[in-house]
Amino acid sequence: MRLAFLRGFWKLTWVEVKIFAREPMGFFATLIMPVVLFIVLARAFGAGRAPSATDLDVSFNTAILAAVVIAINAVQSLMAIIAIYREGGILKRLRATPLSPVTILGAHVVVKLGFTVVSLALLVLAGRRLFPGVMQVNVFSFTVAVLLSTLSILSLGFVLASLVPTSRFAQPLGAVVLYPMLAVSGLFYPVERLPGWLQVVAALLPTTHAVALLQGVWDGSGWGAHWLNASALAVLFAAYTALSTRVFRWE
Amino acid sequence: MNPVIAVSHLGKRYGKTVAVDDVSLEVLEGEIFGLIGPNGAGKTTTMECVQGHRVPDSGTISVLGLDPRRDADALRQRIGVQHQEAQLQKRIKVWEAVDLWQSLYPRVTDADALLERLGLAPKRNAKFMTLSGGQKQRLFIALALIHEPQVVFLDELTTGLDPQARRAIWALITGIRDRGTTVFLTTHLMEEAERLCDRVAIIEHGRLIEVGTPSELVRKHCPQRAVVFTSDDANVAERMHALGTVERFVDAGQTTHTIRGEGDDFVTQVINCIAREGIRVRGFRTEIPTLEDVFLKLTGHGIRD
Repeated sequence: MRLAFLRGFWKLTWVEVKIFAREPMGFFATLIMPVVLFIVLARAFGAGRAPSATDLDVSFNTAILAAVVIAINAVQSLMAIIAIYREGGILKRLRATPLSPVTILGAHVVVKLGFTVVSLALLVLAGRRLFPGVMQVNVFSFTVAVLLSTLSILSLGFVLASLVPTSRFAQPLGAVVLYPMLAVSGLFYPVERLPGWLQVVAALLPTTHAVALLQGVWDGSGWGAHWLNASALAVLFAAYTALSTRVFRWE
Repeated sequence: MNPVIAVSHLGKRYGKTVAVDDVSLEVLEGEIFGLIGPNGAGKTTTMECVQGHRVPDSGTISVLGLDPRRDADALRQRIGVQHQEAQLQKRIKVWEAVDLWQSLYPRVTDADALLERLGLAPKRNAKFMTLSGGQKQRLFIALALIHEPQVVFLDELTTGLDPQARRAIWALITGIRDRGTTVFLTTHLMEEAERLCDRVAIIEHGRLIEVGTPSELVRKHCPQRAVVFTSDDANVAERMHALGTVERFVDAGQTTHTIRGEGDDFVTQVINCIAREGIRVRGFRTEIPTLEDVFLKLTGHGIRD
């Protein structure tokens, strides 16, 4: 019984990977776009921390921006897929099989995390080739941090996917919610200097903690110094997942 | 024959709307049972409660001796389900869908033989989005049959198909029944119900109005028969009026007679009379009521209203 469950899970995951790879636009947007964004911005601002751009008060790390965009793309793509599958009755059809609800959605999460890793690998490869010397980060540690961040943002994505009325709204709603999350994440502007209420909002969003953790891993202060952000990502993941099991709509 | 599905006093409402109101029915082993009625009558809701997909507000349901909610996991292994208007991933290939579904059940049928039987073997490598409406429905049937279920549920399977594809599906469903699988289907097409179903239940506004074989229902509710023939002979009406009411209609020198009566013997009586009286007949046809007429009579309106 347990073996049969795993067989279905991997079959579904593998099928979803193949289906995703057959859609050229989604494939490009998820895998290639963040890397292109990184290269373009890194050329303009410098690949590592850009400490001298004080007149605009921006000091963001283009590699971390690209990593967060990878995570957000994964979430947007997941929201669109859930909306399309719900609208087309695909979720309903899968639920009529012995597949458990967790398996059906878990397969999509695994696919998204898998593509996140591939996209991240491309990012690091591009960085090391084009900007030698700046990608000195521990790749394993950085990858784990990005995966934890993605998982946490994905769980918020499931809550959002339940609120999307039709698949046509999935993409715009994703953009309207996810990109402003980036704006208050501390990537462009220090969270401590936001108005008080916005600081509270920022603390409840996974992107804020993702950025802090990724920056910590990047500049070498490491997980020890950012265990609070890492725990916050885990707690938010648990909270959003619990919420989405209550509000998720299958049809 | 044993009932494989027993529904008693089923009730289901959505907010203030009553979808299903006190429905009781039995589906017998090895038959094609059709739930028929207009869109919104409660067919799908009834079927989805029986599958365990929806929770009824009241009443009891037993499928293969199991409770659809309590024994949901066990039941899923023994029933096949085709939901109305449920699609598949656009870019999934036929063989991938079949392969995935096969991996979900401990005991499965030979997929190649199944695809062959459903005429899908040449489409094994086609993506779902490139299939025609009829091919999609045949794939759904394949997925519903992959684990050799004892009961298969087909919700509005032929809606939107052209007549040719529809006939092909009818032949397949008859084949499923002949292999021993019980079929529970819904349709709003009276012709489909009449041709396909061993027994039908007519449902309207959530209430079950009538259950029986199509011919039983026609005989019970619409016993009227009519014989229409053209003849040049004079005085046909006088010789026929003992059988029923006679209408005459003259067009371009030809006289068309319509004789109306009731009962199974009526047509025979008219033929005997024509033979006995030596009436010369140029054209001859009968008008026998159909399930559509039964529906019209029982509900006071047509199915498409």
